[in-house]
Amino acid sequence: MYLKKALATAIIFILCALQTGCGSRFTDKGEPGNAEEETAGNHIIVGFSQLGAESDWRSENTNSMKSSFTEENGYILIFEDGQQKQANQIRAIRMFIQQEVDYIVLAPVMETGWDTVLQEAKDAGIPVIIVDRKVDVSDDSLFTCWVGSDFELEGKKAAEWLNQYAQAKGIAPADIHIVNIQGTKGSSAQIGRTKGLADAARANGWDLMAEVIGDFTQAKGKEVMESLLKQYDNINVVYCENDNEAFGAIEAIEAAGRKVGSDITDGEIMVISFDGVNEEAIRYILEGKITCIAECNPLHGPRVQAIIELLEEGGTPEKRQYVDEEIYSANGTVNSLTIDGIDYAVTILAQEDGN
Amino acid sequence: MASSNKTSKAGGGLGDRMKNMTDTNLLLTITIVVFFAMYIGAIVFQGKGFLKPQTFFNILNAQAALIITACGMSLVMITGSIDISVGGVVALVSMCSAVYLDFHNGNIFMAVVISLLIGLAFGAVQGFLVAYLDIQPFIVSLAGMFFARGMTTIVNTNPFNVKNEAFVALKETRVIVPGFGSVNKIGKYVDAYVEIGVIVAILVVILLFCVLRWTKLGRGFYAVGGNSQSALMLGINVKRTKFLAHLICGLLAGIGGFVYFMHVGSGSASHASGMEMNAIASSIIGGTMLTGGVGNIIGTFFGVLSLSTIQNIVSSAGLDKAWWTGITIAAMLCLFLVIQSVVMARKKKA
Repeated sequence: MYLKKALATAIIFILCALQTGCGSRFTDKGEPGNAEEETAGNHIIVGFSQLGAESDWRSENTNSMKSSFTEENGYILIFEDGQQKQANQIRAIRMFIQQEVDYIVLAPVMETGWDTVLQEAKDAGIPVIIVDRKVDVSDDSLFTCWVGSDFELEGKKAAEWLNQYAQAKGIAPADIHIVNIQGTKGSSAQIGRTKGLADAARANGWDLMAEVIGDFTQAKGKEVMESLLKQYDNINVVYCENDNEAFGAIEAIEAAGRKVGSDITDGEIMVISFDGVNEEAIRYILEGKITCIAECNPLHGPRVQAIIELLEEGGTPEKRQYVDEEIYSANGTVNSLTIDGIDYAVTILAQEDGN
Repeated sequence: MASSNKTSKAGGGLGDRMKNMTDTNLLLTITIVVFFAMYIGAIVFQGKGFLKPQTFFNILNAQAALIITACGMSLVMITGSIDISVGGVVALVSMCSAVYLDFHNGNIFMAVVISLLIGLAFGAVQGFLVAYLDIQPFIVSLAGMFFARGMTTIVNTNPFNVKNEAFVALKETRVIVPGFGSVNKIGKYVDAYVEIGVIVAILVVILLFCVLRWTKLGRGFYAVGGNSQSALMLGINVKRTKFLAHLICGLLAGIGGFVYFMHVGSGSASHASGMEMNAIASSIIGGTMLTGGVGNIIGTFFGVLSLSTIQNIVSSAGLDKAWWTGITIAAMLCLFLVIQSVVMARKKKA
């Protein structure tokens, strides 16, 4: 009996040894050099808590960070996918603090609820750079700076484009029946883009029929659009708060036997969208399926890298930094927009023959 | 040898008291050994982060709710049943508490009462259906899971953070663990701390451990799970025992829900998604068998710790895709199931 027990214990220990062996192999293969932080020497260690991987924009954003913080550039990047949960992101930041990283980059999933953990980072002397969505904290000194897009401006651009288009085509404001497929409720992008449209609708007298949540995903966009089409038969403009929702909405519109396009007086449904990061979206624009895209620039990596370099030299970066963004369309009706006294040129994408 | 009675019916017809005793204890030993091996491995390969006591306490802080729900899960698994509604209940409890505290400006005591009542209600209904109407526990709790998730969305669709002052103060309350602090990067000494939820979780573990080990009811759970026929012949009220297991599991899901809520401080329909599966995985890693009759609460505790240590190792290793965690946990589960069956087969042969 005791022999058997001893044998069993021996097996267990071998298995354990195997397991830790496996563990170490993972680290060797997955992230060379990262495991030995002590030997990192003059590498700057950056912990990046990304909120998830829900859209193409997000993937581009992640890639931009990864290609900026490479070992060749003198960085070690510890990347954490929060899977859309604030609890995961807080856990990740606490882990970064325990690992004593040099900088923390946070792309927050929500705006509120960060006070405690950012205070911990501040107490530990680790600068925190917020990217993309904003954080709503009682004390602005809890983070070093914020880099991202002016979402409300994006929304204003898209709405102003629609306004000028309608005026040029002589469409009465009351004949514009809009539905808004919103992003994840409470995210900065959703709040800004929704406000941009809602303000313009009020100012111009458009018929904004519904605002529903599409969570920035293609599947949800399709689902929501299907039910909207059943609910309202006079929709002629769909305002999708990102491209993935637009793809889903277009699928739903086409499946319902309707046509997408810019000719809304002739029964077509116009799709307006945001981001414009991948080729698919550009192809849709060229095909006329998406009429207008307000760009949301995902390339935050170089910008954050510049901030860290500035901090390394002892400089103070600007607290809020907006990235430059454009607006695209294949329709040449509107050439430039004026918002709050500033002119923005519309980038007209030309249809290439033979494609 | 004195503890042999706690699994007195575990092996069914097997008469050997020695063997029966080791069933639970052997699996428990495996779990604890693997956990320590893993943690030491993490210290060796991942460096200084894991050496700090606070890293360990952070694991406890983040997983207190899972520890509590996994204890309930182990209990129903010991009776040979299952409850996959716990994740949904946790989400529902946190949403209800959040809405009550934030929109209705409620007090914390009532929020706790509401949480416990929700948990008890789920436990009672599911327990009744499983024990007295003899419906498959998987189906019953699957329905329970959908119901809880659906209700969460009905209570409030949008995720939001609770700003109720009394609650925020409670959430921020930290219990300092003396002697475990460490000096951080800028040379400041920081005390190690745990959240209140951890204290609750440890109390639950101890209480449940004692109940299972030293009370008639506790031994009844093992007896029912091991072989309900012989348990019936021994004069144990099988139906009542099963019902109570589900009731306690529901109650623990309610407590776990509030602890989860205290940790995250927000209500959201997507909270605790997949938590039921993590609870099952932790129980299995902790040496509880799906077939019933075998299991140990201390094992479950270490099961949760192992699970989240894997998570921390994977993420601090910079394996950037979240699925690495899943794959590692899957590998670990396989390993444990193999160990369990090998051990059991050997013992049966002997």
